[in-house]
Amino acid sequence: MLAYILRRLWLGLVTVVAISIVSFVIIQLPPGDFVDAYISNLSASGSMVSQQEAQSLRQQYGLDRPVWVQYGKWMTKVIQGDFGMSMEWGRPVTEVIGDRLWLTIVVSIAAIILTWGIALPIGIFSAVRQYSIPDYAFTFVGFAGLAVPNFLLALIIMYFGFTLFDLKIGGLFSAEYQLAPWSYGKVGDLIAHLPLPALVLSLAGTAQLIRIMRANLLDELRRPYVTTARARGLAEWRVVLKYPVRAALNPFASTIGYLLPFVVSGSIVVSLVLSLPTVGPLLLRALIAQDMFLAGTIVLLLGVLTVIGTFLSDLILMWIDPRIRAGMHE
Amino acid sequence: MADPILSVRDLVTYFRPEEGVVRAVDGASFDLYPGGTLGIVGESGCGKSVTARSILRIVDRPGEVESGEILLRRDDGGIVDLAKIDPRRREMRAIRGGDIGYVFQEPMSSLSAFYTIGNQLMEAVRLHRAVTTKEARQRAVELLQLVGIPRPEQRVDAYSFELSGGLRQRVMIALALAAEPRILIADEPTTALDVTTQAQILDLIRRIQDERRLAVILITHDMGVIAEMADTVAVMYLGKVVESGPVDAIFHAPRHPYTQALLRSIPSVLAEPRSRLATIAGSIPHPYARPEGCPFHPRCARSIAGVCDRTVPVVTKLDERHEVRCVLYGRPAEAAE
Ligand SMILES: Nc1ncnc2c1ncn2[C@@H]1O[C@H](COP(=O)(O)OP(=O)(O)OP(=O)(O)O)[C@@H](O)[C@H]1O
Ligand SMILES: [Mg+2]
Repeated sequence: MLAYILRRLWLGLVTVVAISIVSFVIIQLPPGDFVDAYISNLSASGSMVSQQEAQSLRQQYGLDRPVWVQYGKWMTKVIQGDFGMSMEWGRPVTEVIGDRLWLTIVVSIAAIILTWGIALPIGIFSAVRQYSIPDYAFTFVGFAGLAVPNFLLALIIMYFGFTLFDLKIGGLFSAEYQLAPWSYGKVGDLIAHLPLPALVLSLAGTAQLIRIMRANLLDELRRPYVTTARARGLAEWRVVLKYPVRAALNPFASTIGYLLPFVVSGSIVVSLVLSLPTVGPLLLRALIAQDMFLAGTIVLLLGVLTVIGTFLSDLILMWIDPRIRAGMHE
Repeated sequence: MADPILSVRDLVTYFRPEEGVVRAVDGASFDLYPGGTLGIVGESGCGKSVTARSILRIVDRPGEVESGEILLRRDDGGIVDLAKIDPRRREMRAIRGGDIGYVFQEPMSSLSAFYTIGNQLMEAVRLHRAVTTKEARQRAVELLQLVGIPRPEQRVDAYSFELSGGLRQRVMIALALAAEPRILIADEPTTALDVTTQAQILDLIRRIQDERRLAVILITHDMGVIAEMADTVAVMYLGKVVESGPVDAIFHAPRHPYTQALLRSIPSVLAEPRSRLATIAGSIPHPYARPEGCPFHPRCARSIAGVCDRTVPVVTKLDERHEVRCVLYGRPAEAAE
């Protein structure tokens, strides 16, 4: 068991290194570099940058060195906890990202919980009452949910939330807490702002999850162990919840790892629309500006989160699936 | 002879998927006596399992018991018609497992892999008996012991996938017996097992039957198993019981051409070496396309043109317990429809 966990950890580490290399290379791929982007930005607003200034900027950031040297220097610092300077913001990357990483995690987890909370019961119902009118209705709404772009939904919900329910819309904090240090009041404010973005972010995932849960459960409901459970006199809803639902849920444990990056990357446009202080919009901006260290750090952090998530789902799977536990004893 | 403990009369169970109607059970009748063993025999797809599931009212959708009677005699002499009870009612659930235990065809997939066998056994016990968790666990260990599982105290915490097929089928029997039912339905309990294990499982069923005066319905397509275990036999063909009677009568004086063909198809130690095994001509019709008239007539060597393909034969009583559904015996058949 321990050997298994250690091997998983080692694999995770290798994956993180691989992610860091790939992300660095991808960020470098577009023609030009930060200084080019910076210059064209400045000239758009009328100012000029001399050849010399550009050269010294490049030297300052090490952009004149080969890619692998840049990567090596960056990684050496990262290991020491220094993620470098954001070129665009002129401040350390850690400072620019600041609370955004945690807020992203909070929003994503809220969205994931909401997704599961809505999708699983509906999926179970749809499978147990296959081809009933509610099943068709959920199928229709589900496909509609998949087809409508999230940001559009965000706009619609914002509009109705504001006009009909006077909801707090936009951002994760009220103005008075925006820059305030953390306090209980600020946490409460965050919780009050959370439902709307979580709902918008969860919808596409919900529609998908309903389909998966329904298909999984329909598969399990046909198995002989279900009939066996009925034959010993167990009430129908207990039969369904204890045996086939349990089996149908199993595959979901292995998807936990991918949920976080999925939500983050899927949330960029929605975050812009709802002006959420998450890493999504920041990443988008950093990529446009070719702000290498900022973009690289965000991608790296997301990679690390994915690896941690995958490791966690392995542990969960080990905990909930007796067949995997048994396989490890051998 | 005592009154039957279970009496099935003209049971009709149809599946109605969108593509048409499957007449899985189409007028089956038989009796089960206390302490007796009824063998239900027939080719694959003739409706044996659906009949058994109809008795417990656990036929999968879109299957439905459409008509007929399933009369269960209670200990106090009262009779309930299971065909008339709402299958979701508590009364029906108390009968499942409580009065009638069911052992399934597939020991490999009939247990959940997510719970220990002890968990599933204790559940079966506690559904029908008001006992504490500790007592239920004790009972689970006893049940495993009863069905001859070595080291039951440890095995109670095992998962089904850690056991061999034979042990799993023993666990299934323990599960079926958890609430001490008076009737055990064993649906091809040995089909999935190797020959030695088959014999052990059949021995086990017989031993428990003797100890507890269980009435057993044994479903099989193996005439050899019937000869060894059953005292009464019901031969099924396409949802109908075509012949029924004491095991001696069925083996020594079979009347229905289908029963005769089935018996000829048993490999016999007395047969000439290298002689070919008789097989029944033709194959079972597609479930959506059942033949008109007697369901067996397209494969029957003695079928009478103009009669067998037009009319459904009625049941003829040959003697007190031997009945056959064929125009060759007794009254001419009534016109169908
Ligand atoms: N869920 C279902 N939907 C539609 N038809 C079904 C369903 N279950 C069984 N049937 C049909 O009912 C008929 C009887 O099936 P049943 O399982 O009772 O056969 P059996 O005699 O037990 O055969 P076997 O020896 O293979 O177990 C078959 O024609 C089958 O196609
Ligand atoms: Mg069967």
